[in-house]
Amino acid sequence: MNMLECHGLTKCYGKVTALDNLDLTLESGRIVGLLGPNGSGKTTLIKLATRLIQPTKGSIMIAGQLPGHATKAITSYLPDREYLPNDLRVKSLLGLYRDFYRDFNEKKALDMLESLDISERMELKKMSKGTKEKVRLILTMSRDAKIYLLDEPIAGVDPAARDYILRTIIQNYSEDALVIISTHLIADVEAVLDEAVFIRQGKLILHQTVDEIRQETGKSVDEHFREVFRC
Amino acid sequence: MKWIFLDGIPIYQQIVQIMQIRIANGEYPLGSRLPAVRDLAMEAGVNPNTMQRALSELERSGIVHSERTSGRFVTEDEESMRQLRFMLGKESIDAMFTSLGHLGLSKEEIVQAVTARANELDE
Repeated sequence: MNMLECHGLTKCYGKVTALDNLDLTLESGRIVGLLGPNGSGKTTLIKLATRLIQPTKGSIMIAGQLPGHATKAITSYLPDREYLPNDLRVKSLLGLYRDFYRDFNEKKALDMLESLDISERMELKKMSKGTKEKVRLILTMSRDAKIYLLDEPIAGVDPAARDYILRTIIQNYSEDALVIISTHLIADVEAVLDEAVFIRQGKLILHQTVDEIRQETGKSVDEHFREVFRC
Repeated sequence: MKWIFLDGIPIYQQIVQIMQIRIANGEYPLGSRLPAVRDLAMEAGVNPNTMQRALSELERSGIVHSERTSGRFVTEDEESMRQLRFMLGKESIDAMFTSLGHLGLSKEEIVQAVTARANELDE
């Protein structure tokens, strides 16, 4: 099933074109890397998918519908910045997710928190950056959603935490869901991805499976990316 | 055999090779059940679809077979196991011929030397 479908999708901020006539279709059951340098339009695409912003031209559809109430109910979004109240304890955060999202699987969240020795009494602001990032990811992945939009989930955490985060993604996505991971840390996510989408200056440069890229170029996706985007 | 992936080679092909080695060296014994796709994917840190593709490849080659409901099993056939070991060993043998060839030894001399060495090691 087509979980995300863009046709001629364009977003301008004043005179700046952040996304430029993008055609892209992504299917369920896949983990897709949204890859591009800073300012290439990755976050803009994700924000359009969550209806935080609206297209200037063209269309974007989530599971066959325009972004809105219905699609928000099936979209689990991890923003690239802090979005949870810093003075809340884990227990209240769980309550927040329980109240907001019908598909929140609290047991899943509790199991993951326990495996990391994160107590429900812990306050977000007293956690290290890596632990905070893990808590956010746990909350995001504990929803039984149809589309997961993870904006830079591994930026700014150490390699061990990265590993944990990626394994959590593999373990928790369901086979009828689409996971989109935006990042510029390609070497770290490469093995986890089905497909890679390269964008530059708001334009689609490449959309292929990771193994096709490796087969055809004789290089890793990371190396290929460095060549395509050489400054 | 650890899960370490090289650049520029499809990941599923590398998984196939690692699984073949694990089966040949008895880490997954003859007739035993393989872990579930998702567990293997987690362990290897790879996409479950990629792991699935690698396991299908192993099935095609006859080294593993799947039972409709109970999962995937390593073959119980000694002969296909023997073939697998020879297939995996071929690369090392080729490398040996190449490096000894560089030393100026002929194929016959290499075979003689290997036999002689095998006898010495037996003693």
